[in-house]
Amino acid sequence: MNDVLETTWLSPQVKWFRIESPDISRKARAGQFVIVRVEEQGERIPLTIADFDGINTIDFVVQEVGAGTRAINRLQKGDRFLNIAGPLGRPSEIDRFGVVVCIGGGIGIAPLYPIAKELRKSGNTILSILGARNKDLLFWLDKFSALSDELVIITDDGSMGRKGVVTEPLKELIAKNMKIDRVIAIGPAVMMKFVSIVTKEKSIKTIVSLNPIMLDGTGMCGGCRVEVAGVSKFVCVDGPEFDAHQVDFDLLMARQGIYKNEEQECRIRGVLQ
Amino acid sequence: MKERIPRQDMPKQIPKVRAKNFDEVALGYSEETAVIEARRCLQCKNKPCVAGCPVEIDIPAFILKIRERDFKAAAKILKDKNALPAICGRVCPQEDQCEKACILGKKSQPVAIGRLERFVADWEAEHPDQSEKVENASPKSAIQKKNLPGKAAVIGAGPSGLTVAGDLAKLSYEVVIFEAFHKPGGVLVYGIPEFRLPKAIVEREIEYVKSLGVEIKTDYVIGRIFTIDELLQNGFDAVYIATGAGLPSFMNIPGENLNGVYSSNEFLTRSNLMKAYLFPEYKTPIKIGGIVAVVGGGNVAMDSARTALRLGADEVHLIYRRSRTEMPARIEEIENAEEEGVIFHLLTNPVRILGEKKENLPGMWVKTLECLKMELGAPDDSGRRRPVPISGSEFLMPIDTVIMAIGTKANPIIATTTPDLAINKWGYIIADSETGETNKPGVFAGGDIVTGSATVIGAMGAGRKAARAIHEYISQKNQP
Ligand SMILES: Cc1cc2nc3c(=O)[nH]c(=O)nc-3n(C[C@H](O)[C@H](O)[C@H](O)COP(=O)(O)OP(=O)(O)OC[C@H]3O[C@@H](n4cnc5c(N)ncnc54)[C@H](O)[C@@H]3O)c2cc1C
Ligand SMILES: Cc1cc2nc3c(=O)[nH]c(=O)nc-3n(C[C@H](O)[C@H](O)[C@H](O)COP(=O)(O)OP(=O)(O)OC[C@H]3O[C@@H](n4cnc5c(N)ncnc54)[C@H](O)[C@@H]3O)c2cc1C
Ligand code: SF4
Ligand code: SF4
Ligand code: FES
Repeated sequence: MNDVLETTWLSPQVKWFRIESPDISRKARAGQFVIVRVEEQGERIPLTIADFDGINTIDFVVQEVGAGTRAINRLQKGDRFLNIAGPLGRPSEIDRFGVVVCIGGGIGIAPLYPIAKELRKSGNTILSILGARNKDLLFWLDKFSALSDELVIITDDGSMGRKGVVTEPLKELIAKNMKIDRVIAIGPAVMMKFVSIVTKEKSIKTIVSLNPIMLDGTGMCGGCRVEVAGVSKFVCVDGPEFDAHQVDFDLLMARQGIYKNEEQECRIRGVLQ
Repeated sequence: MKERIPRQDMPKQIPKVRAKNFDEVALGYSEETAVIEARRCLQCKNKPCVAGCPVEIDIPAFILKIRERDFKAAAKILKDKNALPAICGRVCPQEDQCEKACILGKKSQPVAIGRLERFVADWEAEHPDQSEKVENASPKSAIQKKNLPGKAAVIGAGPSGLTVAGDLAKLSYEVVIFEAFHKPGGVLVYGIPEFRLPKAIVEREIEYVKSLGVEIKTDYVIGRIFTIDELLQNGFDAVYIATGAGLPSFMNIPGENLNGVYSSNEFLTRSNLMKAYLFPEYKTPIKIGGIVAVVGGGNVAMDSARTALRLGADEVHLIYRRSRTEMPARIEEIENAEEEGVIFHLLTNPVRILGEKKENLPGMWVKTLECLKMELGAPDDSGRRRPVPISGSEFLMPIDTVIMAIGTKANPIIATTTPDLAINKWGYIIADSETGETNKPGVFAGGDIVTGSATVIGAMGAGRKAARAIHEYISQKNQP
């Protein structure tokens, strides 16, 4: 259990893992996540289940942003995660909505994938927009191209696809007067915020998957709380998906930054080690 | 005259020193002190103290063995009723339980039953019995395994779950505990701090339960990975739910989501379970400002306040809306907190948290806490006098970190995934207080998930009773 069966670097900072975890694999659904630890002194780190075979394996895609994710990405085939708890959170709502725009930003592409895949299976038309700061942070373009009726790639610096941010192609789709039944946006909080602003104007139902700092992932600490429609919600049990137009993204971003100084300290020590 | 011996003090680390370290505060009795204290016991024939103990330890009997310096026999008497004596000796609210009923307390000070219990449990740990060790080390033999009377699942590895599992294992059942966290122990590991209950002691007790043949599966969040029904369908004859009351309460006042506001659950879990007090060696951070306010008056509030001091806060203010006599915390911990320098604001209630921007940090951070003064009115349902706000008494306190320790509620994961399980209006599982039976056949429950936040010994007592009922249930069910 928890053994790393296979890994591949999808880019210099992003690594894909296939893990043996039969109990979780059997129960997992699109939109759910796990919490992992790789060392006794380590943090509990939430990761989305990026794929699963329903019998034996689950997949993660991990982007290095600090000490914890760097420790994960050091693991290789044959190594083992110390702990994996899950599946956590509520599964995505999957239905035949019609036309769904799937927007993935950076590492958000990984959590978006199983949802887009299920939506495709349920007969939706999938229009995908994948964006990142630069081409090194993009991955799984082939997988998305296979399941999308249309795929737009966009980078902040133009190193791959169009130059710009994901809200631009979204606005263009809307301008074409195409009927959009639902938007699903997963990525950095600021990206989700701007997508939400764009779709709110047109009252297009928009779902976002939030990524606050978590600890237990079972509703026990309240550390992951965000405000949705003015009410405190615990993302790990009430989410992670919410109606974007109700989410207070500024609060989410503020709370994501609580340990900014401490994270820096960990990073510096990590470099020195 | 035995009564003339005064109640023996237990040595402690001096306040100034201990407020800066996480080592255990109370140091325990020496053999000599324990024997002197034991001599105070009158060996009452009608044993009033026993009635005060939720698990009915034969108190005079174990104390007599201490007097005779037969500590091993004393330990055996304790273990007969209480699987976790080293823990209960430390954390039981004795003044409300066994010691409250002690006859000596009527005229002077009761026998220090808790301290004696702790002494015996620690003595036993320091003098491991070799013969017992060998017996424990050999797992149930393969032949025995075939004839096991049945299989039970326990959800939650807190005191209640550990007790039920230990008891059922002793009755030869195959027992699997499913625990959501990566470590077993429940509140004993994530809530109660090291300086009050060293984690090595909890680990020792868990090892003991494992040595009885109990399997503990960590990282299993029941309700998500398996539902109760799935457990029953997949070979378990009975399920015991002991998931505790782990949903944090907030006050629903403005400013509670500002950076710098913690629930006590989060604050203590970061410090205890994740060892944030050893940051950055341990990677989980904790943020502690210069001036800390802890809201609440129970054990959780005391633990949070004392942890904040040890994490380096300059000042820790405890804010409680009733008066000192109503504080639900153990008296010893209230005294410890005061000695260590926690500043008490009684009859005071927060109404608003105000924030400010901070240089180089995102978001709004706690700056001031607005409070109201309270006075005590007529008694409420709990029998305690209800605090009522004094109008116009608002005042501001400069604060950097706020810790909400105002109680917990029932976590809904199990209830929502087991729709036919009866719960009360607060979300707690309805279970028979004598047997732990719920409305669902084969499903039992006990501890904080039934009673709401209570005590370690109460949760254990529920586990003990449920083990008997589960034994009866499975025996009948599996009768050929
Ligand atoms: C439900 C959920 C699903 C996620 N799925 C993925 C995924 O599939 N792949 C992936 O690469 N990342 C995912 N993340 C984000 C990932 O958990 C964080 O990047 C990781 O915890 C950062 O840890 P660190 O020590 O490397 O970085 P740090 O230096 O500690 O922090 C870097 C950034 O990560 C955030 N962060 C720190 N600790 C946590 C924490 N315990 N929980 C959440 N965020 C934190 C901080 O706000 C900061 O912005 C997910 C987060 C959540 C909540
Ligand atoms: C900070 C603090 C200090 C305290 N001090 C004292 C004291 O001094 N004296 C005293 O007598 N009492 C004290 N208490 C109260 C006492 O700890 C509790 O009453 C007691 O621990 C309850 O035991 P339990 O077994 O019912 O639940 P818990 O100890 O809460 O254990 C429940 C376990 O179940 C797990 N769990 C929850 N949901 C799931 C799920 N869905 N699947 C799998 N596992 C799950 C949890 O992770 C946890 O490990 C204190 C409590 C706190 C929080
Ligand atoms: S278990 Fe608690 S109540 Fe019972 S004798 Fe020991 S300290 Fe007293
Ligand atoms: S009531 Fe007090 S004095 Fe009497 S037997 Fe119990 S502990 Fe001893
Ligand atoms: S992570 Fe603790 S409540 Fe969500």
